[in-house]
Amino acid sequence: MSSRIAELEEISKLYGTFAALRKVSVSLEHGRCYLVLGPNGAGKSTLLRTLAGLLQPTYGKVRIFDDTGEAAEPMEARGRIGYMSHMTMLYDEFSGVENLRYFTGLYRGRDCLTPEQALRSVGLDPALTRPVGQYSQGMKQRASLARVLISRPELLLLDEPFSNMDIQSAHQMLRLLETFRTEQRTIVLTTHQRELAEPLADWVLTLDAGAMVSLDEGPYTKAQKLTFAGAAR
Amino acid sequence: MKPAYFLLHLKKDLRLEWRSKDAINSMLFFALLVVVLFSLAFDPTQDASRKIAGGILCVAIMFAAVSALNQAWARELRNQVLDALRMTPAPGASLFLGKAIANFAFVTIVEIVLAPVFVVFYNLRAVGNAWLLALVIPLGTWALIVNGVFFAALSIRTRNREMLLPLILLPIFIPALLGMVMACSSILTGEADPTLWIKMLAAYDVAFTTLGMMLFEVILHAE
Repeated sequence: MSSRIAELEEISKLYGTFAALRKVSVSLEHGRCYLVLGPNGAGKSTLLRTLAGLLQPTYGKVRIFDDTGEAAEPMEARGRIGYMSHMTMLYDEFSGVENLRYFTGLYRGRDCLTPEQALRSVGLDPALTRPVGQYSQGMKQRASLARVLISRPELLLLDEPFSNMDIQSAHQMLRLLETFRTEQRTIVLTTHQRELAEPLADWVLTLDAGAMVSLDEGPYTKAQKLTFAGAAR
Repeated sequence: MKPAYFLLHLKKDLRLEWRSKDAINSMLFFALLVVVLFSLAFDPTQDASRKIAGGILCVAIMFAAVSALNQAWARELRNQVLDALRMTPAPGASLFLGKAIANFAFVTIVEIVLAPVFVVFYNLRAVGNAWLLALVIPLGTWALIVNGVFFAALSIRTRNREMLLPLILLPIFIPALLGMVMACSSILTGEADPTLWIKMLAAYDVAFTTLGMMLFEVILHAE
C-alpha cells in the first residue's frame, strides 16, 4: 500500500476576486490525523470541500491515490472519501437507520457497514424511530458521522465535528476517531477547540486568510497518544 | 438482485412525500382553485366548455406543478444532503430520473382528483375518443416534470430560484403545452385528429428526458 492517500499541489480557490485558498500544498499519509486550525474565514472548510471533490480548485491539483499509489479516477476516489460537514447531510424526516439504509444502497458493490453497525459504532441505537430532525445536536453529529462511516472510507474529512457538542459527547467522538486512526484511516479535521483535538493530531496545519501558515508535528508524543487512546477505552 | 439506483431515489422521495404530503396538498389546493375560479368567471356552456377546457386544464396543471417543482430539491438543500449524494458513486442520471418519476406521480395524483371536479364544473362530455386523454395528459405532464426537475436543479444555486424556475421552464415547455392543449381540445370537441399532437408530445418527451439524463451529472456537480 502506498503511504500517501491524497495530495494537494499548490491549490488556490477564488470566488471572484476573493481568494479562499492560496497555493496550499500538502501530502496526506495513511493512518495519520491532520488537525486544521485557523480563524473564521481562514479557508478550513474550503480546504475540506476541495479535498472531498465538492469544489474544484481554481488553480492547482488535488489527487486521491488508490492502493497502488496511482491517482484514482474521480468515481473511485469518491468511494474512498467520507465527508462530514457542519450540517447533518441527512433527511430530517427519516430516522437514523432509514437515512443510512438509503445511503448504503447508493454505494453498490462496496464492502459497506450495515446501517445498524454504523449507528452502533457511533453509540446510537438503531432501533430509535425518531426522525433525525428531532435528535439533539450531539445525536445529529453522531448520525452524520455514521453516514460517513457507511462506505468504510479511508480518508475522513470532518468539518467541525465537535461543534455544539457537550464535552462528554465530544470526548466520545474523539475516542471513536482514535479507533479509526488505529485502523490506518486518515483523518483531516477542522476545529476551533484545539486543546480537545490535539491529543489525536499527528500534524497540525494552520491556515490564515487562505494561506498555509505552518504544518507542524502534533504536540503529543506517540507514548502520550497511546496513553490517551488507552484512557479513551 | 439489488434495485436500480433510480428506484432507491424514487422510493425515498415517495416515502418523504407520504409523510409530509407537502407537494400534493399545495398542488391540489392551487389546481382546484384555478379550475373553480375559471368556471365561476366564465360560466361556460357545454359547447364553449369543450373548446376552452383543454387549455384551462393544462394551465391549471402547469401552475400547480411549478409551485411543487420549486420545492423539488428543497429537502436535498436543507441539510446539504445534496453534497452527500454528490459524494456517492451513484450516477447523477439516476437521481434525476428518480426525482422526475416521483414528481410525475405527485402531479398524476392531483390530476386524478382534479378530473371529476373538472367534468362537473365544466359540464364536460368528450365528443372524440375520451380514452386518448389518458395518453395525452401523462405525456404532457411528463414533459413539464422532466424539464421542471432539471431546471429546478439548475437554479438551486441562484438567489431568486423561485422566480427563475418559471422564467426558464415555461418558454421551453411552450411546444409541449401547445401539443397538450391542441390534443385535449381535439379529443373533447372531436373536430380534429389528435394523433399528430400526441406524436409530437411523445417525441418531445423522449428528447428532453434523454437530454436531461445526459446533462444532469454536469448540473449536479456544478459549483
